[in-house]
Amino acid sequence: MTFEIVKPGLATTVQDLGRPGYFHLGIPEGGAMDRLALRAANLLVGNDEGAAGLEAVFMGPEIRFGADMSVAITGAELPVLLDGDTRETWTTFDVKAGQTLSFGFLKEGARIYIAFSGGIDTPLALGSRATYAIGALGGFEGRPLAAGDKLPVGQGAIVAEGRTVPDALRRGPGKPADLRVLPGLYWHRLTEKSQNAFFDDDWKVAPEADRMGYRFRGGQPMEFVDRPQPFGAGSDPSNIVDGCYSYGSIQVPGGLEPIVLHRDAVSGGGYFTLGAIISADMDLIGQLQPNSAVKFRRVNMEQALAARAERKKTLVQIRQVLG
Amino acid sequence: MKTRYTYGGDEHVYVEVDDEMSLDAFFISLSLSKLVRAANIPGVTEICPANASFEVRFDPDVIAPDEMMARIKELEHEAEAQEKRLDTRIIEIPVFYEDPWTHETLMRFRERHQDPSGTDLDYAARINGFDSVASFIEAHHAQPWFVSMVGFVSGLPFLYQLVEREKQLQVPKYLRPRTDTPKLTVGYGGCFSCIYSVRGAGGYQMFGITPMPIFDPEQKISYLKDFMVFFKPGDIVKWKPIDRAEYDRIIDEVEKGTYAPKIAEVAFDLDAFNKDMTGFNAKLMEALNDV
Repeated sequence: MTFEIVKPGLATTVQDLGRPGYFHLGIPEGGAMDRLALRAANLLVGNDEGAAGLEAVFMGPEIRFGADMSVAITGAELPVLLDGDTRETWTTFDVKAGQTLSFGFLKEGARIYIAFSGGIDTPLALGSRATYAIGALGGFEGRPLAAGDKLPVGQGAIVAEGRTVPDALRRGPGKPADLRVLPGLYWHRLTEKSQNAFFDDDWKVAPEADRMGYRFRGGQPMEFVDRPQPFGAGSDPSNIVDGCYSYGSIQVPGGLEPIVLHRDAVSGGGYFTLGAIISADMDLIGQLQPNSAVKFRRVNMEQALAARAERKKTLVQIRQVLG
Repeated sequence: MKTRYTYGGDEHVYVEVDDEMSLDAFFISLSLSKLVRAANIPGVTEICPANASFEVRFDPDVIAPDEMMARIKELEHEAEAQEKRLDTRIIEIPVFYEDPWTHETLMRFRERHQDPSGTDLDYAARINGFDSVASFIEAHHAQPWFVSMVGFVSGLPFLYQLVEREKQLQVPKYLRPRTDTPKLTVGYGGCFSCIYSVRGAGGYQMFGITPMPIFDPEQKISYLKDFMVFFKPGDIVKWKPIDRAEYDRIIDEVEKGTYAPKIAEVAFDLDAFNKDMTGFNAKLMEALNDV
């Protein structure tokens, strides 16, 4: 079973839930930027939640099916067309061999997830099918898809059409998007004035926003607590002796533009980090378009863990609805 | 040492053994990260050692963040008491300094640099008090280097030079990171050298390029068949300056599958090194003569 890419979209890649265990070598976990959306798409077509599907950013690909299968689209909102006929997002539908799936213009969000019953069956690389394009690893030949690529799909049963994730269980960023931050790491490097300004300022997503990281603009330049730079760090006050970066950590090179590291994060480097986006809000970043308004909200660990539990509850509810 | 513990969001504990770089801090950090690994703490998903710090990623649904941090703290004294010695290897890495590819790239990103009027090597030589680029390059490759961290992107090594602190070369990172760096660029930031394993973004100054691949996801390169990443923390490197002709010859050998990196087994003992750096380094480098 296969499907063929007729038009690839912008940067459409094969993604699953990633490959933990190699970050110490600079190979990130990777996988779907919006994990909940990929899990939901897989559940809709009867797959394991971690099966490989497609992640497409800002525009959908065009796909011709080589076999009958069940399909579901989740994540961003955009018109879904099967041979020109409308299909619903977040809802299972059947496709027949020879039919073509295409998409209209993006209405809301940034990334769609396309799940196929049986899951995409490209070879595993370090235990995962996630595409890590920077390292040319995993997915389909380690790269974003191109026209003419034929992707293998595993054996899966066709499931009933019309299974759907109710509106109340779909998650996307608000306007402005609230991103919750746990201060930590090198937070002490900032003056109190800059610490407060980071949360008070209005930020916008910069055009440099991809699987490695999201950059933000619009806030004030940051000021650092005066100190002699430690040996080996480099002379800029935003430099540190190169250390590991956390997923979701926020670095601010030169104190100018915060960068939040995402699923394809670099594993370390020499810029200070002021804390990290909490795990519960990582998916939301994957749905932010350039120029979206963002507020960073300060939370403590207790609130971070409560948000994580809330997020998990949503997933459990989706499982119950589709179970 | 003034070890500092902090959280990176709700899934990471970050342990900074020292805010400045030293081999003492490196060894304590590596020992502590190894003890955490050996402790097999449920919920730990990644342990990432760095130059003078390390990070543990964990699943807070399995182990509470404060408990995770406490478990690491318990091991600190044991790590400090461990012997600072490693059985390791020395590898000769050919470098084509002042190559045309990094030159083209550094010119393209000149507005992000501290000194747009020269090259990265001009700048590094000047701020380190060298009278010429040639003498700076000589200082870069005359003494060996210690791989104190692997990361950033796929298998990229950070290297720390095995010389007295006052002889260490120090260069700031670019003012704003570049969006492009040629594959296998030999870079420099802070007191660290690095080799960019793949093409991509970067903030380190660019000095040259090596023809020797150090990351191969397809595992076709003869010496990367067992594992796709070449370096590990504790490896020792000796840069060997080469010209364009030798660069092209090695590229050709790599493609044919006949290139074998020059490697010798050595032991690194921090106390012995601290007592006589030049003598210790000379012995390390002699090991390469027998290969």
